[in-house]
Amino acid sequence: MNAIPDADQLKEIARQIRLDIIEMLFQAGSGHLGGSLSAADILVALFFGEMRLNPEDRCRPDRDRFILSKGHGAPAYYAVLARLGYFPREELFTLRRFGSILQGHPDSACTPGVEIPTGSLGQGLSIANGLALATRLDGHRGRVHLLLGDGEVQEGQIWEAAMTAAHYGLDNLVAVMDRNRLQIDGHTAEVMSIEPIADKWKAFGWHTLEVDGHSIPELLAAFQTCRAVKGRPSMIVAHTVKGKGVSIFEGQKKYHGVAPNEEEYRQALKELGAA
Amino acid sequence: MSTKESTRVEYGKTLARLGEEYANIVALDADLSGSTQTHHFAKIFKDRFFNLGVAEQDLMGTAAGLALGGKIPFASTFAMFATGRAWEQIRQTIAYGNLNVKIVASHGGLTVGEDGGSHQALEDLALMRILPNMVVLVPADGPETRAMTRWAATYQGPVYMRTGRMTLPVIYDDHYRFEPGRGSVLREGKDVTLIGIGVMVHACLEAAATLAAAGLAARVVNLSCLKPLDWELIVDSARVTGAVVTAEEHMVTGGLGSAVSEVLSEHFPTPLRRIGVRDIFGTSGKPEQLLKHYGLTADEITAAAHQVCRRKTDNRTAAAGR
Repeated sequence: MNAIPDADQLKEIARQIRLDIIEMLFQAGSGHLGGSLSAADILVALFFGEMRLNPEDRCRPDRDRFILSKGHGAPAYYAVLARLGYFPREELFTLRRFGSILQGHPDSACTPGVEIPTGSLGQGLSIANGLALATRLDGHRGRVHLLLGDGEVQEGQIWEAAMTAAHYGLDNLVAVMDRNRLQIDGHTAEVMSIEPIADKWKAFGWHTLEVDGHSIPELLAAFQTCRAVKGRPSMIVAHTVKGKGVSIFEGQKKYHGVAPNEEEYRQALKELGAA
Repeated sequence: MSTKESTRVEYGKTLARLGEEYANIVALDADLSGSTQTHHFAKIFKDRFFNLGVAEQDLMGTAAGLALGGKIPFASTFAMFATGRAWEQIRQTIAYGNLNVKIVASHGGLTVGEDGGSHQALEDLALMRILPNMVVLVPADGPETRAMTRWAATYQGPVYMRTGRMTLPVIYDDHYRFEPGRGSVLREGKDVTLIGIGVMVHACLEAAATLAAAGLAARVVNLSCLKPLDWELIVDSARVTGAVVTAEEHMVTGGLGSAVSEVLSEHFPTPLRRIGVRDIFGTSGKPEQLLKHYGLTADEITAAAHQVCRRKTDNRTAAAGR
C-alpha cells in the first residue's frame, strides 16, 4: 500500500467522496443523503488513514475489517470502496438500479469489499463482536471497525452486544457512532432520547471518547488512542451534522432519505467545489 | 428395540466430538447450555465456547460474525427463542448473508411439556423453511442426530436443526448416512403413505403396524430434511399409494403438512390429511398427555389413514361412474 495520506489529502478525499455521494443520489433519484454526508469524514479517516487494507488481496484472513451497521449510509461506503479500487468508479452511478452491484443497502453477495449484508438496524455490533472473537482466537492482528447510527442505538440488540463486547474484553474492536442527532421522524431527543449516550457506553464498560466527527485529525488521534487500550472495546462518539458539507442539507431531517432535486444538486456541486 | 436416546443429548455429545476433529468449530449458547447440551463442548473447549447470556438476537449476530471470521459456529438455545425472538437476525444476517452458521435449537414442539405454551415451539419449522439458503432438519432418533450434526459441520451454509427434550426409540443403526434433500422409507406399503418428522415418525411406525393388522399396507417415510424437500419421494409415494397422511409436532400450517400439500397439489393431487397442532397454542402437561390432547398420536394417524383411503376409493368410484 502507499503511504498514509496526510490530513489535507484526506480532507480532499472526503470532499470528493461527498461529490460522489451527491452525483450517485441525484442519478439514482433516491437514497439516504443526510446520513451519508454526516459519515463521510469518519469513513475517510477509517479507510484511508486507520485501517490496513489491500483491495488486491481482499480475502486475507488477518485484514482489518469494517461493518457498516447503519446500512443506509451505503452511498458513502460505496464511494469509499470504489476509490480504494474494489470496483470501477462508474459502478457508483448504477446505485439502486435493477442489476446493479450496488444495492440500496449493503449486500456482500453483490458488492466487492462489503463483508456482510446490513440495513436492518441494530445488528452490526453483534456481528463485529463475533468477528473480533474469531480474530482473537486465530491470533490475528486485524482490528474490527464498526459504524453505528445514533437513532440505531435505540435498538435493544445494540445493548445486548454492548454487554458482550465488554464481557469478552474485545480490545480489537472500535465502534464509531455517527452522532448526527437526527433520525427519520425528527431529532433523536424528541423521537427517543439516547442521552447521556457517552455515559451509557462507559457504564457498559467501554473505553469511550468523544470527537468532532468532521475533524479528520481528531478522528485519527482517537483511533490511535484506541489501539493502546487493553481489555476493553472502544467507542468513539463522533459528533456530526446530518447533511454535512452542503448548507441546504445540513441539520434538515427531510434529507434523511431523499435525493437532491436538480436545483439542490447544482447548488451542492457548487458548494462542494465541483470542477 | 429397547434403546432410547434423546436428540438433544446426542447433538451435544457429537458436537463435543466434532470439536476434537475440527479446530475451527465454536459453540454459542444463550444461558441454556445445560438444556441444549452444548455444555459437553463447553467443558472441553473453554476458549471456543461463548455464552451470550439471555440475549438470543445477540447470539445469532455473534455467531454470524464468527462465521464471517472463518469459524464454524453452532448456536443453540430453545427452538422458540432461536426462531421466534431472533428470526429477523437470522433472516438479515445468516440467511441473506448465506453464512456458515448452524442453529441447533432444542426443546422443539409440545414435548417440552410442563413449561407450557410460552416454551413450546410449534412455529419454528415454518419460520425457518420460508428463508432462502436455509436447510431445515429434524432428526427422528439418536443415530440420525449424530449423522446430521456431522453433516452440518462439513456443509458450507446456514442450517437449522430442531432437537427435542424426550428420549426416543432408536430407528437407524450407526451405518445410517444422512443425505440432504432425501427422505427415507422406513416401511414399504401400497395402500397409504404416512409421512412423519421428528417425534411423529415413531407414531407413524406404530400406526403402520395397527393398519397392517386391519389389512392396510402403509409406506412410512421419515422426511427429516424438511428443506431442501424430497419432492420426488413425496410424489412417488403419492403415485404408489394414492393417499397420504402427514404428522408433525408443529402447527399444521407452514411445516411438514404444508410442504407436502404444496408439492402434491402442484404435481400430483392426492387425498391427504395433516396431523399436527391446529391454530392453537400449547399448554402445560406431561409430554404424552399433550400429544394425546392435541391429537398427535398413532391412533389419530391411523384414523386419518382410513379416511384418506376411503376418499381414494370414493374418487375412483366417482371417476369410474363418470
